[in-house]
Amino acid sequence: MEDYDIVCGARSDGRLTACDYITRMIPDFFELHGDRLYGDDRAVVAGVGTLKGMPVTVIGIEKGKTTEERIVHNFGSAHPEGYRKALRLMKQAEKFRRPVLCLVDTAGAFCGIDAEEHGQGRAIADSLAEMSALKTPVVSVILGEGGSGGALALSHADRIFMIEDAYFSVVSPESCANILWKDTARAAEAAEMLCLTAPKLQKLGLIDRVCPKNAPERLAADIAGELTVLSAMSDEALLEARYRRFRRIG
Amino acid sequence: MDLRKLFLKANNEPETNGLLPRSRHIVCKGCGRKTPVARVRREFFVCPSCGRYYTMRARRRILMLTDKRSFTEHDRELVSRNTLGFPEYDAKLLAAREKSRENEAVICGTARIEGHEVCIFAMDSYFMMGSMGAVVGEKITRLFEYAADHRMPVVGVTVSGGARMQEGMISLMQMSKVSAAVRRHSDAGGLYIVLLTDPTTGGVDASFAMQGDITLAEPGARVGFAGPRVIEKSLNQALPKDFQRAERVLACGFIDAIVPRNEQRTVIGKLLALHEPVAARKEDSDGRL
Ligand SMILES: [Zn+2]
Repeated sequence: MEDYDIVCGARSDGRLTACDYITRMIPDFFELHGDRLYGDDRAVVAGVGTLKGMPVTVIGIEKGKTTEERIVHNFGSAHPEGYRKALRLMKQAEKFRRPVLCLVDTAGAFCGIDAEEHGQGRAIADSLAEMSALKTPVVSVILGEGGSGGALALSHADRIFMIEDAYFSVVSPESCANILWKDTARAAEAAEMLCLTAPKLQKLGLIDRVCPKNAPERLAADIAGELTVLSAMSDEALLEARYRRFRRIG
Repeated sequence: MDLRKLFLKANNEPETNGLLPRSRHIVCKGCGRKTPVARVRREFFVCPSCGRYYTMRARRRILMLTDKRSFTEHDRELVSRNTLGFPEYDAKLLAAREKSRENEAVICGTARIEGHEVCIFAMDSYFMMGSMGAVVGEKITRLFEYAADHRMPVVGVTVSGGARMQEGMISLMQMSKVSAAVRRHSDAGGLYIVLLTDPTTGGVDASFAMQGDITLAEPGARVGFAGPRVIEKSLNQALPKDFQRAERVLACGFIDAIVPRNEQRTVIGKLLALHEPVAARKEDSDGRL
């Protein structure tokens, strides 16, 4: 399959969204709302529950399926409030020594006047810095779209998994083609060059595992396995390993 | 005498390396008036007639902010590689090196500001719009690590279009790498003062530009995450005139102070003095705190 087909597939209808994975992996999921600062961004669905018998905090970026749902979830593009809600719940997880699971599926952080003026850049920057020091294990899974900084913000994890037909990219292939050749029609070429598929990113050492699609049960087992290993580590060892994980890139 | 400084000399005058007209005058793009080059330099690259801020190169910035001959550069030799085999990237790097006479889009090192020892970095918009690839991320990370190890403050000047597309996810994840180093420096009690200049956007805005203990900006600097054209297109409406301008970003609560160029060195020096370790201050005030 061409890389651009993967990008289009990751954007298409009929895929499992973050909420699908949550329902199937965390049957007792209880949603928690709000950033305690300004509002409740529904692009981010977050809460607590048990994954394979292990209490976890789960944070997902949800796109929605029906038109109505999509509007509620802002098509999976979070505002700063969404990242701040995520961060609030990650700090809460740290307090109660619960591991964190992030499920990422976004074309990117929302671009708009309000988002900018509420500090989109600052919200992402805070997420990166705080996650780097979070004293609890974190696993992030790119479910479908891993769109640039908005996806990266929830991917500062001990382990990054990707579903086999997901993508993770610094820029959308269309924008890349537009910048390079002023021609969005050449997006397929751009997609090839950006090395954005799960196998390519694994080969570059940027992600840790490629997971089969449409297999929430299997994914839950893989995540639980990693969390068990990570939970056995001391805080110092965990944070040092997380630091090294990103330190070696580039 | 540090031999490296001899070799750096030629680069300390980047504006004359074909980037500004060799003539003795600069024509302002704002008001059209001519100003002698010497005067432009004296005026900190601000138009004496209309107050327009001219683009300043990284090396010039460092000269402007630091004490005379106090700067020692770190990691100057690091150059980018085309890891992904991205078409035309090698040629672009070569052109950027020629145009900017720099090896990469950031200059890092140690220096003194009004007598205070600091680690300093300054980004350079003449090198691929100050975009962040692996080398930019690596140099800034090393600087924060050095600062944490030596218990030194960091002063940073940002100007960037964001992550460097040609290095794909490797460049995006530099945001993670640098953020972790900034956080470690902060946890070690280190002070980080950041000066945002026009433009500071994208992945740099969403990482170390927004992680300072004290966030300063130049008047009128564009500071924001998303490109204004992207927002305009998706909203289908014109943006307010002051949108993403430093003054507006300050009003929104994300900048501590806007500092004109001729005051930047004094202001940063004063802030550094306020953060001197208590022991050092003790001596200054005869043991009375
Ligand atoms: Zn002028």
